[in-house]
Amino acid sequence: MVANGKIVWVSGPAVKADGMSSVKMYETVEVGDSKLIGEVIRLTGDVAFIQVYESTSGLKPGEAVIGTGQPLSVLLGPGIIGRIYDGIQRPLDEIAEKSGAFIGRGITTSPVDMKKKYKFTPSVKKDDTILGGSILGAVEETPLLTHRILVPPNYPEATITEIAKEGEYDLEHIIGHANSKNGDKIELKMYHKWPVRKPRPYSERFDPTIPLITGQRIIDTYFPIAKGGTGAIPGGFGTGKTVTLHQIAKWADSKVVVYIGCGERGNEMTEVLVEFPHLIDPRSQRPLMERTVLVANTSNMPVAAREASIYTGVTMAEYYRDMGYDVVLVADSTSRWAEALREMSGRLEEMPAEEGYPSYLASRLAEFYERAGRVRALGSPDRSGSVTLVGAVSPSGADFTEPVTTHTIRFIKTFWALDTRLAYSRHYPSINWMQSYSGYLEDISKWWKENVSPDWYELRAESYHILQREDTLKEIVRLLGPEALPDEEKLVLEVARMLKIGILQQNSFDKVDTYCGPAKQLKLVRLMVMFYKEAQKALKEGKSLADIRALPIITTLLKAKFEVTDEQISKLDEIEKNLSDSFKGNMKEVKVTV
Amino acid sequence: MVVDGVTKASFDELVEIETNDGERRLGKVLEVGSGKAVVQVFEGTTGLAITGTRVKFLGKTMAMPVSQELLGRVFDGLGRPNDGLPDPVADKFLDVNGEPMNPQSREYPTSFIQTGVSVIDGMLTLVRGQKLPIFSGSGMSHNILAAQIARQATVVGTNEDFAVVFAAIGVQYSEAQYFKRSLEESGALKRSVLFVNLADDPAIERIITPRVALTVAEYLAFDLGMHVLAILTDMTNYAEALREISAAREEVPGRKGYPGYLYTDLANNYERAGRIKGKNGSVTQMPILSMPADDITHPIPDLTGYITEGQVVLGRDLFRKGIYPPVNVMMSLSRLMKDGVGEGKTRSDHMEVGNQLYDAYSRAQEVRALAEIVGKAGLTGVDLKYLDAGDSFETHFLKQSPDENRNLDETLSRAWDILATLPEGELTKIKDKHIQQYYKGSK
Ligand SMILES: Nc1ncnc2c1ncn2[C@@H]1O[C@H](COP(=O)(O)OP(=O)(O)OP(=O)(O)O)[C@@H](O)[C@H]1O
Ligand SMILES: Nc1ncnc2c1ncn2[C@@H]1O[C@H](COP(=O)(O)OP(=O)(O)O)[C@@H](O)[C@H]1O
Ligand SMILES: [Mg+2]
Ligand SMILES: [Mg+2]
Repeated sequence: MVANGKIVWVSGPAVKADGMSSVKMYETVEVGDSKLIGEVIRLTGDVAFIQVYESTSGLKPGEAVIGTGQPLSVLLGPGIIGRIYDGIQRPLDEIAEKSGAFIGRGITTSPVDMKKKYKFTPSVKKDDTILGGSILGAVEETPLLTHRILVPPNYPEATITEIAKEGEYDLEHIIGHANSKNGDKIELKMYHKWPVRKPRPYSERFDPTIPLITGQRIIDTYFPIAKGGTGAIPGGFGTGKTVTLHQIAKWADSKVVVYIGCGERGNEMTEVLVEFPHLIDPRSQRPLMERTVLVANTSNMPVAAREASIYTGVTMAEYYRDMGYDVVLVADSTSRWAEALREMSGRLEEMPAEEGYPSYLASRLAEFYERAGRVRALGSPDRSGSVTLVGAVSPSGADFTEPVTTHTIRFIKTFWALDTRLAYSRHYPSINWMQSYSGYLEDISKWWKENVSPDWYELRAESYHILQREDTLKEIVRLLGPEALPDEEKLVLEVARMLKIGILQQNSFDKVDTYCGPAKQLKLVRLMVMFYKEAQKALKEGKSLADIRALPIITTLLKAKFEVTDEQISKLDEIEKNLSDSFKGNMKEVKVTV
Repeated sequence: MVVDGVTKASFDELVEIETNDGERRLGKVLEVGSGKAVVQVFEGTTGLAITGTRVKFLGKTMAMPVSQELLGRVFDGLGRPNDGLPDPVADKFLDVNGEPMNPQSREYPTSFIQTGVSVIDGMLTLVRGQKLPIFSGSGMSHNILAAQIARQATVVGTNEDFAVVFAAIGVQYSEAQYFKRSLEESGALKRSVLFVNLADDPAIERIITPRVALTVAEYLAFDLGMHVLAILTDMTNYAEALREISAAREEVPGRKGYPGYLYTDLANNYERAGRIKGKNGSVTQMPILSMPADDITHPIPDLTGYITEGQVVLGRDLFRKGIYPPVNVMMSLSRLMKDGVGEGKTRSDHMEVGNQLYDAYSRAQEVRALAEIVGKAGLTGVDLKYLDAGDSFETHFLKQSPDENRNLDETLSRAWDILATLPEGELTKIKDKHIQQYYKGSK
């Protein structure tokens, strides 16, 4: 029996209704005469507290609240990729068609086009046994993505009695029939629904050992994240959270990207929408939009749907993982999601913990990041996929001791700390190399050694050591000036400067520098380490530091990141030769050209 | 204010309150249920008696009458004429809360606005449809800068002038007058709409002032196709009014007593800027706020910076040195600059030159700090060059007069003058081809 109650109280996105005894927790309900979408978030007796996903302006006590019998769910099937949704999976283009440039209320839409036909190719046949999660066949969702049609994960073991032949079908078409062990008849379609707050099941979890290559030097080389791993990027405003997440969404070597704009700027979502269709994936040479799905609940959209957007996004990510794909989900910003929790909690007059956040903030964050992982999927055939989760954190006053940052740190393994001072001096990405860390470094170093170069780990360590030494020496310089240091230590400062400019700084808006492949990353680092060693030797041989500083090769090294493209990587070998020549003879005469 | 015996009120509804002595005030419903409604009275609750005050629920949300006739007019903080002229004839009534713009329908902002102010055009480029606030402190020259921008802003190659929507939020009479006069003198007043809530006007009214102003801005831009520059000053007063209401309702506070929803509330104002696909007009927003105790981490500038597309920060040191505009470039940022400059938009070296200037000035600051400790004698040759570059940046590039309108070529040529004082090898942010084309210094 569906619940049929009445509104008794309204305050912003929070509504109380009575007569709701037959409603369930987290059930979606239609609120008021304009049938706004809401979700039951607390039940006491027959009174339900509802968070409403649309503006409640004009809502009155006495209006009806009707249950739907369903928890908040997303529709999973072909047609998701390339779309932009609001926090509850309503396509924004359809909303625009129905209500114009400004978002209206009470609009019902379908998440995907149910009438569109896809060419289905079955991969099972009559009498095959299927399990929850098994692959039935495939359709081409975009030229970049083969969409594998899955049996809903919660279905029992069954035997196929009929499967559609290769052909064009729409989503409502029944492509298969099966009988379960206890004789139930099962109908299979190319889509199913899944409740967003319930993680999709898998059969086994693996350790993440393969790096997610992002093409960002400070990430891949110094603080890598693994496929199936978790990472957070906290920083004050303007420090580069969004740009970094955009870079990951653009260049990460994953099959699918889910981008969640959660309580952030409208123009940033528009930017992705405008840019991604024109950006070409370096691996497949196809537009990036063909692997991307956007969930946008900007800061001025209803706050409750902001809370839901994170779950909507991660459920879609898990769905593509279950097909056997690597998926990256980036969420900008988890702090806005936490604030949405805080706002609802405040309206419900719950007892607040720190800074007004509800006491369950930590457990909600933990549950979210727990949905990352590299897993073996359910059903057959055997396959594995991953969900990598990266969340931006926007600490108030750029203070990392606030609750959202401190709790997040407990649940993630890669930490990219953005530094306001670095951003002020236009050192981008302003990831502080002393505060950041990666818990995956050891696990993924095997991949680098096998796929890029055996000396990867050593080069990384040697170059990082220079940066560490600079960090201590800086204190002395600050107190006594650089002349207080011996030449060997001044050289450390010089090479650290080169590492900062030539490796760590990376301009996302430069055509070449925006992406730096693993091989180029390694070569650049090697050049810097070589320079350091050659210069150390030169000093020992009695050459002057001033002469070393005046070497034209330095500028070449600093500009190689954007003057040499990934395709012309052999030019770096020429630079390497120039580099050793530079230190020969009396040093001053060597001319450098690239 | 809590009203009893309510049967048909709805959330957010407009309310008319009649006091014992017949005075009428406006308010809106914040919370409704169990026969009660919590009402926020815009003109304040002083003088309202428990008995005898009558309340009428108007069955609609607060709306602003709009039409072309608004241009050249002055209104109070709630959108009622206060220039002694009759009510303008309304073309339509628009809900002052607006509705969120659909990201799918937005047109991404890319047209460069030349403000004629070197530091902005060269390093903090403003584009049409951007929201770029000025973070200031008490007594600094934010008003002069905002007025200069309002007078000089143009999109090169078009002759469309900006319409100005100006909202004074809790500011002093003299500040509001300054803007009005400045618009008058430049002949822009007839293209302007002014909303004035002064320091001694009711604080609660301030919640509405930016909303009515932005409603009018959206109407001028998206119904009438005009390019609108909306100046909102001072958003700190707005946030304080919000805090006052929140405290009165005994809500759980976030930081420094400001309500937890301050971010969302500010966003509901600031996000009302931009462009729409298929429409001609645009809303460019320039909110001004004073940072309490010059502290950029205070919740008001902090949350603003998290929403706006950059910030122009004024610095006390530069202001004391008598440099106008006293823009602290290190703390300032225009997030949309990258989209508004470069080949085909301004000049292909624009972005790189801007980046190199930041780099140079930042190095100059470090060297200055070092020179304090070790003295100039302890500096190396390159460091000394940076010291000079820093000084000439302040005097030759940053500093200009409030009525000096520099075109972009002049701005960039001044920038190259400064870069010429540095050795070529230091220009690591500039591509070799641009160095060959523009660099005037030596190796
Ligand atoms: N120019 C720079 N290049 C690289 N890193 C920098 C630079 N300036 C600052 N940092 C980073 O910012 C951090 C803080 O800088 P620094 O140590 O100079 O200031 P501080 O001693 O922390 O000052 P305070 O004690 O007032 O906070 C450092 O850990 C360093 O990594
Ligand atoms: N890697 C980068 N390369 C160049 N510019 C960057 C980079 N990262 C950040 N920026 C600059 O910093 C600005 C703010 O970055 P953004 O990611 O929007 O900050 P946040 O999301 O932390 O507020 C950008 O608009 C851009 O100008
Ligand atoms: Mg951001
Ligand atoms: Mg310190």
